[in-house]
Amino acid sequence: MKYSAWSLLRGALSGQRHWTAAWRDASPKPGYDVIIVGGGGHGLATAYYLAKNHRITRVAVLERGWIGGGNTGRNTTIVRSNYLYPESARLYDFSLQLYEGLSQALNFNIMLSQRGLVLLAHSRHDLDAMSRWANAMRMNGIAAELLTRAQVGALVPALDLSPTARLPVLGGFTQRRGGTARHDAIAWGYARAASALGVDIIQNCEVIEFIKEGGRVVGVNTNRGRIRAERTGIAAAGHSSVLAKLAGFRLPVTSYALQAMVSEPIKPLLDTVILSPGTGAYVSQSDKGEIVMGAMLDLFPSYAQRGSFAVTQAIIAATLELFPSFSRLNLLRQWAGIVDVVHDSSPIIGPTPVPNLFINCGWGTGGFKAIPVGGWTLAHVLATGRSHPLAEPFQLERFITGRLIDEAAASGIAH
Amino acid sequence: MMQIPCIYCGLRDESEFTCGGTSHLARPGLEQSDRTWGEYLFFRDNPKGLHLERWRHSQGCGQWFNIARNTHTHAILSVYAITDPPPSADPPPSADPPPS
Repeated sequence: MKYSAWSLLRGALSGQRHWTAAWRDASPKPGYDVIIVGGGGHGLATAYYLAKNHRITRVAVLERGWIGGGNTGRNTTIVRSNYLYPESARLYDFSLQLYEGLSQALNFNIMLSQRGLVLLAHSRHDLDAMSRWANAMRMNGIAAELLTRAQVGALVPALDLSPTARLPVLGGFTQRRGGTARHDAIAWGYARAASALGVDIIQNCEVIEFIKEGGRVVGVNTNRGRIRAERTGIAAAGHSSVLAKLAGFRLPVTSYALQAMVSEPIKPLLDTVILSPGTGAYVSQSDKGEIVMGAMLDLFPSYAQRGSFAVTQAIIAATLELFPSFSRLNLLRQWAGIVDVVHDSSPIIGPTPVPNLFINCGWGTGGFKAIPVGGWTLAHVLATGRSHPLAEPFQLERFITGRLIDEAAASGIAH
Repeated sequence: MMQIPCIYCGLRDESEFTCGGTSHLARPGLEQSDRTWGEYLFFRDNPKGLHLERWRHSQGCGQWFNIARNTHTHAILSVYAITDPPPSADPPPSADPPPS
């Protein structure tokens, strides 16, 4: 069913009883052309682009829990493309461009809000680094504007700009196309569009073994039975290493917990996304009015989706130095997602050492903004056997050749 | 928050410590291939379950030591000196995370 003002009006006459389920909760069939392991944003986007761009519709997305229940439902919904190197700029800006057209493409309102992203400079060194950063973006064809202290103050009146501020703000820069999008809508929008094209979305289906014949992956064994496939893709973020081990190889990935939290909802106060690289803090206000906060990783390997209280305190402390007026807010929820951090903070999209098995991982702390391009490029390599030009620099082999793309500075999270 | 038993100072809060990553990685010889060096530098088991790792009591005695810890439950199974060999390969059954 196409969503439109007309369907809403028509429903008004019939008591809104004509709505059908947005997507089909499928059961596994014996075989598919492509299996995707992981029903988060990246996996669902991969399925959609396989069907849409490559006309491959015999596709199954296998999700251990429920779709969008991992990092897709645990991030701070920030979208941006302010990276330093040309390879990354191309990749992330293509993702942002896809986001810009996604509500129309999916016929599902992803609530993209390009409210702008403001990065704060707290020292002269920060100012120098941000000049370089903004210039690198411009050289890559992505708009960025340096801001004076007064301009930052005009954009973000709630910020502590007093002479006694613990973190003085000397200026900053902005990417006005950055902003936020509705995370659940990304998962459901892609699921609905993929399902409509014939993709099977299979929940509560955990992969327990990769079936190999002559060294090639020809399917998977799951808790819901054996499923064969010509090709298999992994899009499992923090659990990539667990699946790689099942398939018989290792990844240059370490899994960490990344926390986020929200306050109780308040009236509109903050209409940009604030990032303070000096403290790691990033803050925005959700459409519901909650103040959304995040900052540094829990810096030890973890698969526990909760996060340590010591880090929760540090994130709140950093946020309150920027916004003292938030100090009376109650904290509503706190959670963590398991992120797949690699040494150069850049993704891995392409073949694995095991034939017929492909992977999309290594997005670390920044996977949400990359969902469209992650799906687009994984679908391309699954359909054609060749890496998409955007993904060519982001191969697993770079950790052997040493051709790393070090985006640690632009990843925005203290690693 | 984890309580970590420093082998020199006893039980302290996690925030006094810094994790130094996987223990017992053997540095390859300089004559080894790029592949061997790449594996050594970047590739990790990254297990969900028992992990042997180095920690430093950076806000305390400043000493390094090893922890055998479950990365899913955060349960600490043993602590041992930085120069000690890895503990027995068979972890106790409680090291396995509950099915999820």
